[in-house]
Amino acid sequence: MALKLPIYMDHNATTPVDPRVLEAMLPYFTEKFGNAASRNHPFGWEAEDGVKLARKQVGDLIGADPKEVIWTSGSTESNNLAIKGVADMYKDKGRHIITAIHEHKATLDPCKRLAKMGYDITWLEPREDGLIYADQVAEAIREDTILVTIMWANNELGTINELPEIGKVCKEKGVLLHTDATQAVGKIPVDVNSAGVDLLSGSAHKIYGPKGAGFLYVRRRKPRVRLTPIIDGGGHERGMRSGTLNVTGIIGLGKACELCRLEMAEESARLSKLRDKLDQGITSQLEHAVINGHPDRRIPQTTNISFPYVEGESMMMAIKEIAVSSGSACTSASLEPSYVLKALGLGDEIAHSSIRFGLGRFTTEEEVDYTIDKVVTAVKKLLELSPLYEMVLEGIDINAIEWGAH
Amino acid sequence: MAYSEKVLSHYETPRNVGSLDKDAKNVGTGIVGAPECGDVMKLQIQVDDSGKIVDAKFKTFGCGSAIASSSLATEWIKGRTLDEAMAIKNTEIVQELSLPPVKIHCSVLAEDAIKSAIHDYQEKNGLAHDHADETEHTKA
Repeated sequence: MALKLPIYMDHNATTPVDPRVLEAMLPYFTEKFGNAASRNHPFGWEAEDGVKLARKQVGDLIGADPKEVIWTSGSTESNNLAIKGVADMYKDKGRHIITAIHEHKATLDPCKRLAKMGYDITWLEPREDGLIYADQVAEAIREDTILVTIMWANNELGTINELPEIGKVCKEKGVLLHTDATQAVGKIPVDVNSAGVDLLSGSAHKIYGPKGAGFLYVRRRKPRVRLTPIIDGGGHERGMRSGTLNVTGIIGLGKACELCRLEMAEESARLSKLRDKLDQGITSQLEHAVINGHPDRRIPQTTNISFPYVEGESMMMAIKEIAVSSGSACTSASLEPSYVLKALGLGDEIAHSSIRFGLGRFTTEEEVDYTIDKVVTAVKKLLELSPLYEMVLEGIDINAIEWGAH
Repeated sequence: MAYSEKVLSHYETPRNVGSLDKDAKNVGTGIVGAPECGDVMKLQIQVDDSGKIVDAKFKTFGCGSAIASSSLATEWIKGRTLDEAMAIKNTEIVQELSLPPVKIHCSVLAEDAIKSAIHDYQEKNGLAHDHADETEHTKA
């Protein structure tokens, strides 16, 4: 079969909707269009039944009771609701929150807002392997700590933080744990009880569901977690998130979770094999290429590789047939390298030239082979062009040079 | 971001990539930029007895526009006298490559690289360098 270009290798950004998910959603746009909150006629009951099934499908994937699933518009909203909701509800108990510097912006920014409002935030730094460990969390917990929010898997690196150990620490100290599991749900086994998680964010569009649908798991027992809502109104979702339910999106999210639950073992085995082939194919042919983050404790379909002495934007240009995400935001006016990679202690010149490859359900081995080939050819060409690489070959330490500013 | 056809042409088939012997007396080398800013250019010139640039080579770590700017610079200075090369302005590079405002620094760097290579050659050969040539960069 001929390879279709461009190739999509950015499944950590978003995924296509699985045709089976779309099929499940379609009737809810037309004949089953009812408002799930309409209690007094069959149109409403039909929609409510669909939503009920979806709640169970989500619950089954993460080991939660269906009643503990709160629908949202996606993980950004879920994180906001969890963090701000807990902060406000428990403010008389304490005002200290623990998070990490390489979380997603949807966690960092709510925490920054709380800091402005007088909350005290502890920003943990990952170790060199990109992970946050339970002992770091244990050390940071204080008398007035009300919430720990640490993502399950990192979106840029794919590294998996030390869960369930972090959960165990939080349980022992009686502190609530929220985890942004957007990149972990559906990719690796996630169980809220064995991981000691009290709140968990997830998104449909990262797992072959539609955009605009997500959920927040909120524990109901041991302990019963309470939240101050962000959106007030009709009292939907146990009063935690008002607004008419996005029934089609919810149906899609539920179906997507069911497919992940049934196919995860097989899919993750296939994708981790392809991912390892990609890693191996690139690093065996390019001696300076480095895999960022823990090599094993990673979600199966993601890798992040640095190409020292090669600049990121020219790299992206050279592999333009492959849709990937670059560690640097060079394509915008700002030349800021990734804060996640900088958190790992990488120098700017390396963080500037890092690429995240995100494989997915429909990625083929041919696409991986093509990617390896393109990347290796591009990097070799750019190394030929690189004055930095020439200096390295001559034995000059480029970090010892006093570079002029411009 | 969309690149102009000329940038793409220089990026895909850069002219005059390579290195000249930096210790040779008739070679001037300029290295400008910094890795943390995402651009480093090395530009070298070989000058004959009459003061004409007979060869030019470059290597660049940087975005497509930086590669194109330095590639174009080597093309332009070959066959010119040192004075003529010294007179090349970054705005001419901006115009030729249709660089957008966020990429103007690439042209500035290319102009700096030319001047820096010429100064290196002049210093090596005990020629006075004329500071009057170091005019301010024009922001296009």
